[in-house]
Amino acid sequence: MFQWRSEVVFVGVLRGLALLSGLIVLLILFFLLQESLSFLQTIGFLRFFKDPAWHPVSREYNLLPMLWGSLLVTAGSVLLATPLGILSAVFCQYYAPAAIAQGYRRLIELLAGIPSVVYGFWGLVVLVPLIGRLHPPGPSLLAGILILSIMILPTIALVADASFTAVPPEYLRGAAALGLGRWATVSGVVLPAAKAGLMTGVILETGRAIGETMAVLMVCGNVVQVPESLFAPVRTLTANIALEMAYAVGNHRAALFVSGLVLMGLVVGLVAIAEVIHQEQIYD
Amino acid sequence: MQNSKVLLPFLFSVSVALAGQSCATRTTSMSSNPLQGKLVLTGSSTVAPLVAEIAKRYETQRSGVRIDVQSGGSSRGITDARQGVADIGMVSRSLKPEEKDLQAFEIAKDGVSLILNKNNPVSQLSDAQIVSLYTKKITNWKEVGGQDAPITVVNKAEGRSTLELFAQYFKLDTKAIKADVVIGENEQAIKTVAGNPNAIGYVSIGSAEFDAKNGGSVKLLPINGIAASTANVSNQTFPIARRLNLVTKTTPTGLTKDFIEFARSKAVTDIVKEQYFVSVAQ
Repeated sequence: MFQWRSEVVFVGVLRGLALLSGLIVLLILFFLLQESLSFLQTIGFLRFFKDPAWHPVSREYNLLPMLWGSLLVTAGSVLLATPLGILSAVFCQYYAPAAIAQGYRRLIELLAGIPSVVYGFWGLVVLVPLIGRLHPPGPSLLAGILILSIMILPTIALVADASFTAVPPEYLRGAAALGLGRWATVSGVVLPAAKAGLMTGVILETGRAIGETMAVLMVCGNVVQVPESLFAPVRTLTANIALEMAYAVGNHRAALFVSGLVLMGLVVGLVAIAEVIHQEQIYD
Repeated sequence: MQNSKVLLPFLFSVSVALAGQSCATRTTSMSSNPLQGKLVLTGSSTVAPLVAEIAKRYETQRSGVRIDVQSGGSSRGITDARQGVADIGMVSRSLKPEEKDLQAFEIAKDGVSLILNKNNPVSQLSDAQIVSLYTKKITNWKEVGGQDAPITVVNKAEGRSTLELFAQYFKLDTKAIKADVVIGENEQAIKTVAGNPNAIGYVSIGSAEFDAKNGGSVKLLPINGIAASTANVSNQTFPIARRLNLVTKTTPTGLTKDFIEFARSKAVTDIVKEQYFVSVAQ
């Protein structure tokens, strides 16, 4: 009887906590809508994609270039960091001697702990001038992609490492019994078995990349335009909010909340896509 | 009605505007002690961060005083002071002739200086040249007597007061400015120009002077032959400058008077300098 009752309390607490986490997301969404809704109603949602440019002070509110900025920076860094992260985890698990693997893991964890301002500052004083020498002006899509890649690398590397650890040892013994070499085991047995975990890693790193603000603000140049090359400056949605929020009033401020809303929509879209891929992969 | 408290931006951290609760009506409660109660200041987003810091110090020195600082633009400062919604309005310019019914008290001056990398051989640009640079009619330094290198134009984000003052002086439409890099804080502009020998940017004069004096790699461009320095802003010879004022509807008394005197005194000179403005305290 007593056991049953404590169970009820425990389940109740768990439900409450789960509800709270869910509510926070809904509250944020509600707050974003509340701040931007009246403005959206007066000018219409389409103007955020059809206006000639982004000049909120003179009532032009095109967010499209910044949407592209966010997508390109994120896509570039994910494409760069994912193979690096997965391969570093493969090295850690199956190739490196135990001592080196342990030290290497600590290093990657350290990389995950560095605040983004530090990455941004390093990018601004070291990376950007380097790129500037190669192809002026320097602050660019490329700088953003490189900085973000370094920032999200630990996420995918650590998650991949953890999911390799979770591959059942029987699989590895089976592969060894079949006489498979190390790389054949990794590519033929480990990677397919860890697919779900790796996918989670990719979703996590994408989320981190798309939401990153400080570092991209410092190295991307923040010019509102769809970039023509890797060396052209871009502005992301997050950087847009951070750059202009301090001095924005009235409609300008509301327009920034719409930026936030679009960003949230983008994240929801990405999570939905990831979910679909995820399910297909598990059941194929 | 929304109000936002502006936190002091520090180095690279971007200041965040927090949405507060709305406050439509308000009364100044005055107790027996004239130096107790609540003061409400509204207005210019340039002045608000400065006044917020001054108010913080004032509150620690006078117990029982609460000061509420809200930004919303100079015109809101004028309107609120006139209608009595705020005790004091904050205005980042001199009063216009039709605003002479209000009383203005200058608390600081604000100046904007153009900056170049130290290694850039160009040491002077005319106003017309600067306009051409910022509208991309001139795109190479050799056209203005420098090296053969493309110009990197550094501009401020829309809504920033430095941009406003810069555009106003050069009679530039902010939409006509074509930038290669857009930045937020002064410090970021200085780092960008310091890291790129072909960049030109503009920042609050105090921040540029501080960097140049402390061995930074930027130099300040003179305007119309007048050296860009806080001293020249102070003696009103430097042209890209403006006054930061507190305005009241009537001759201030009691707490209002005390706060204005405090904001103009030497007790806050360090705060004024910290925010890269030019002190007017005697």
